[in-house]
Amino acid sequence: MKLRKVTAASAAVFALALTATACGGDDSGDGGSSSSGGGEKIKIGIKYDQPGLGLKTPDGSFSGFDVDVATYVAKELGYEPNQIEWVETKSADRENALSRGDVKLIAATYSITDERKQKVDFAGPYLLAHQDLLVKSDSDITEATDLNDKKLCSVTGSTSAQNVKNDFAPKAQLSNRGGYSECLSALQNGQVDALTTDDSILAGYAAQDEYKGKFKLAGLKLSNENYGIGVKKGDTATVDKVNKALEKMVSDGAWQKAVEENFGPANYKNEQAPKIGQIVK
Amino acid sequence: MFDFLSNYDDPSLLGAFWVTVQLTVFSAVGSLVWGTLLAAMRVSPVPLMRGFGTAYVNLVRNIPLTVIIVFTSLGLADIFGVTMGARDDFDLMYFRLAVLGLVAYTAAFVCEAIRSGINTVPVGQAEAARALGLNFGQVLRLVVLPQAFRSVIGPLANVLIALTKNTTVAATIGVAEAAFLMKGMIENEAQTLLIGAVFAFGFVVLTLPTGLFLNWLSKRLAVKR
Amino acid sequence: MTSVLYDTPGPKAKRRNLLLSVLFFALLALALWWVWGVMDDKGQLEWSLWKPFTTSEAWTTYLLPGLADTLKAASLAMVIALPLGAVLGIARMSDHRWVRVPAGAVVEFFRAIPVLLLMLFANEFFARSTGVTSEDRPLYAVVTGLVLYNASVLAEVVRAGILSLPKGQSEAAQAIGLRKSQTMGSILLPQAVTVMLPAIVSQLVVIVKDTALGGVMLGFTELLNSRATLAANYANVIPSFIVVAVVFIVLNFLLTSFASWLEGRLRRSKRSTGAVLGADDVDDLNVGKVGGTYGTGAGGTV
Repeated sequence: MKLRKVTAASAAVFALALTATACGGDDSGDGGSSSSGGGEKIKIGIKYDQPGLGLKTPDGSFSGFDVDVATYVAKELGYEPNQIEWVETKSADRENALSRGDVKLIAATYSITDERKQKVDFAGPYLLAHQDLLVKSDSDITEATDLNDKKLCSVTGSTSAQNVKNDFAPKAQLSNRGGYSECLSALQNGQVDALTTDDSILAGYAAQDEYKGKFKLAGLKLSNENYGIGVKKGDTATVDKVNKALEKMVSDGAWQKAVEENFGPANYKNEQAPKIGQIVK
Repeated sequence: MFDFLSNYDDPSLLGAFWVTVQLTVFSAVGSLVWGTLLAAMRVSPVPLMRGFGTAYVNLVRNIPLTVIIVFTSLGLADIFGVTMGARDDFDLMYFRLAVLGLVAYTAAFVCEAIRSGINTVPVGQAEAARALGLNFGQVLRLVVLPQAFRSVIGPLANVLIALTKNTTVAATIGVAEAAFLMKGMIENEAQTLLIGAVFAFGFVVLTLPTGLFLNWLSKRLAVKR
Repeated sequence: MTSVLYDTPGPKAKRRNLLLSVLFFALLALALWWVWGVMDDKGQLEWSLWKPFTTSEAWTTYLLPGLADTLKAASLAMVIALPLGAVLGIARMSDHRWVRVPAGAVVEFFRAIPVLLLMLFANEFFARSTGVTSEDRPLYAVVTGLVLYNASVLAEVVRAGILSLPKGQSEAAQAIGLRKSQTMGSILLPQAVTVMLPAIVSQLVVIVKDTALGGVMLGFTELLNSRATLAANYANVIPSFIVVAVVFIVLNFLLTSFASWLEGRLRRSKRSTGAVLGADDVDDLNVGKVGGTYGTGAGGTV
């Protein structure tokens, strides 16, 4: 009977839909995993698109200061580099990813704030960054107030540019972009006059080969950003372990080495290694 | 229940939908003009123009609108310095760039609708016009297009409704229209469902009457044959 | 067909056409020359920006995984939306008012709402009310948005496909005593599937294009989004954009060509009833009827 054929066909389509969904889940479940390693894996959230901090490099590996810190911490927690599974955590997703247990740790330019502390726990801080401006190397912008009537690049989902506008330069204009590399391109072509976010992030972009020598940091300290490692709320055992690992990283010189390797080329003057638990307001 | 609405005044709910309406109207006019020109090229006696029209339609229809809209910002504005006469007013500039992108995209569909409309005009009409000594421009302008437009009001209505919905893509370059506001609201407020319903209702209000009116118009103006 | 608009060009017209061609060519060349000049001026033509695309890493690390996600979302959306659309489309033709009216309302509602709104809503809904991991959520949200919208578009395709069959088919089925469900299941639907194939394939183009929205607005790691990660490495925003646009064009061009090939083949085939729902009859800008009566009736094109 044709009827039966049709029913069978639609059943097959449904089954296909179901298996396809299942496969989809599985696939993305282990997406971004590193090559096989013995034992249990640890999932760590990082950024994929920030040179100097967390970047997916062309050979498929990851580089940057956040990555180095996370690798060191994981080792202290008993995980070899090949047991780490890197996961991309976009800024807006970070609290959610931790509270749901999608990742164990997050090292993704994650500033410790009171608001966030209500949802997640932080180890660290491991780096003190400041909000700063990136401008063309021949620019005469030296103060945030110079930005009045100037154009500022803003990244969707980030409040840095909006804060500068509110606090220092009410007449500044914001151009919305999907990411910092789009802002760099706009800055290079003169469409915007400045780009603002944490100096550590800006330094990473400015150090890229294509942009070397074209931009400079204004050197302002518009805010204090204490980068911490995010941990699920209430998981104090992990916080303690991570804190110990961070202390060790600073004392055995690995911290300084990581800073030099990642920020060195950017001519970025980093702050001294922050003391664990000491948050600079 | 609707308290959350009062937290938003830049843009407000109505303000955001007003931007959506403006985007729709300007893009509709622009794409009608550019789409008609493209259609004229596609049926013109000059092979190069026909080739250009065909290539344009086939390229543009296969690119995601998102790519086109983002490109107006990253490519046209940043690299080519196309600032649409609003170099010093970003809000206006990105609005106009979004309109430009929507026109470039929608015109391809307008062109195809009009071309199919031209094909519905009986051969005899064009032949008779030519027998009277009208040239290509006159045949098109005085005889074929007026009939073609009447028969394509239906398809053009669909294009218009799709355009209304497509204006939401302008949110990707920060134009403060309805979807842009909804994204902000839905991330910050607790009433996800209610916010979704409010914006859905807004779009139903925008698209449904347009559809009904143009449907009525297309029947009224249909060329009786 | 269009040639009836003008006579076979005589010597004078030929000369005029040639002149127009030359003028138009000059105009195009001028525009291209300007584009090239500006690109060169802004250093966008430097080989270092384009070189990455000649290496396999740029493709295997960034673009191909992105393309895979694009295709995954698109095919999932199609595979789920198709049966859903078939159910809605058939329900809309039901003899029972209580089936027909709600199905119609659902279809009209989801077609009136921008797919971006559906995606944004689904994304927030999954984040708050379900156990979907934050890694998978963008995919789920994109697929949900696409399914809701495209199921209602496909419902209309199915309805148009069935309505495009000659009336004799259902009359003959009734005459030999088949029930309504039998008529639909064993006579109408199997024929309609063939009729609808080209339209379904070209709907895939719409779905593929819409996945890009999820990349920009929801952080779904599809092609356009993985381009951003690539550009963070090579600092080549514009070249990467152009390459991605070309990939989209090629992909969709292949799908469109496949649809028209299918359409042509079905139209020529002797076994079919002659009705074919063309590729151009349904796409995102030509979504059949709006609130009423025109569009996707038997016959299809305007």
